[in-house]
Amino acid sequence: MTTATTTIADIYTALEQVMDPEIPVLNVLELGMITGVTLYEGTAHIKMIPTFAACPAVSYIQQNIRATVNKLTGLPVQVTVDKEVHWQSNRLTDTAKEKLQHFGIAAPQVHEGELRAEIMLNTPCPHCHSENTYLRSPFGSTLCRAIHYCKDCGMVFEQFKPVE
Amino acid sequence: MNAALQKAITTLITSMADDALILGHRNSEWTGLGPIMEEDIAFSSMAQDKIGHAWALYRILQEHLGGEDPDQFAFIRAAKDFTCCHLAELPISSYDFSLMRHFLFDHAEAVRYESLQQCSFEPLQQLSKKVKGELKYHTLHADAWVLQLCRGGEESQQRMQAALDRCFPLAAGIFEPGPQDALLADAGIYPGEQTLYDKWLNTIYPLLVNASLNLPDPAAIPPQYGGRYGNHTPHLQALLQEMGEVFRLDPTAGW
Ligand SMILES: [Zn+2]
Repeated sequence: MTTATTTIADIYTALEQVMDPEIPVLNVLELGMITGVTLYEGTAHIKMIPTFAACPAVSYIQQNIRATVNKLTGLPVQVTVDKEVHWQSNRLTDTAKEKLQHFGIAAPQVHEGELRAEIMLNTPCPHCHSENTYLRSPFGSTLCRAIHYCKDCGMVFEQFKPVE
Repeated sequence: MNAALQKAITTLITSMADDALILGHRNSEWTGLGPIMEEDIAFSSMAQDKIGHAWALYRILQEHLGGEDPDQFAFIRAAKDFTCCHLAELPISSYDFSLMRHFLFDHAEAVRYESLQQCSFEPLQQLSKKVKGELKYHTLHADAWVLQLCRGGEESQQRMQAALDRCFPLAAGIFEPGPQDALLADAGIYPGEQTLYDKWLNTIYPLLVNASLNLPDPAAIPPQYGGRYGNHTPHLQALLQEMGEVFRLDPTAGW
């Protein structure tokens, strides 16, 4: 691919290769972390948002975006944090939710703006699909995960938690 | 923005950030010591969130209000220049104390960040949306455990009541009024400490009743003030010493 003919679509295709370090089956587009892509004077400008304010992987992901897009398009890349948009779990795409389930992590429930505690009850088990489950802790192995227990298959499972 | 308002906003944000930084560090002291593994993880996660919130607030000071580099500001200041409340700086003590502190503090945070959704200072308003969403999990966690332990038998309930009695005046100290409150309210930054305090009481009261805990009479107990003016318990100095130890070895090192 030559730089002169690179399009916005090519940049998006390149972004599909940038995976989340904590959930390696999801790319940054599926996670809803990309808020804008523009091409200006031969440079790819990419705007992104972190999932959590304290997400330790943010600068690592930014570096990954720069390196991957540059490698696949040949363009210089500028990555900035978009402060006008804040990430919420509703930004996850349907594909992302499906991949999460296959990865053994329950997907976040869709919420309508305001998150209520009840939403976390009876989260479907990613292993046996039972809803006979309870929330064991709203905090899991990373900031974006919660821990549940399935009373039917006896498995402890993690969930990518809903965030407003 | 005029200089007086700029200074008032700086004061407000510094207190919020210092609270989050100091309590974040206290929470992190539970890593490896939690009564069960899930609690170990929960306190560590909340610590990470809080330190992240502090950092984002220090960044606003730096980017919009002429503040210093966040790392320098967090690690090099003297105790008297910190404006965290006493509640945040006390040692973790026993689990009942830490849990009750977490319950009272995070509901105060939730009320504060809710009020900032309408803040006229845009950087703070934008950050508050994110922080508010994350705090949901902190209050959810606190509510669940307070309720669970209050229903866990007589001794457990008594210990939670004792923790509440001890923490309440400290928590009321979160809302220490400052001379800048009226100016900030007039400028649409936030409604001021007294308003937040009243909202906070209205939030925690039904939760405490549900857990069969008696709220100490707010009118009869003087809040533990001082932190917002740089007057601290000796515990802060000790914590800062420990927190800044690595950083002071080489303040110019890149991380
Ligand atoms: Zn199951």
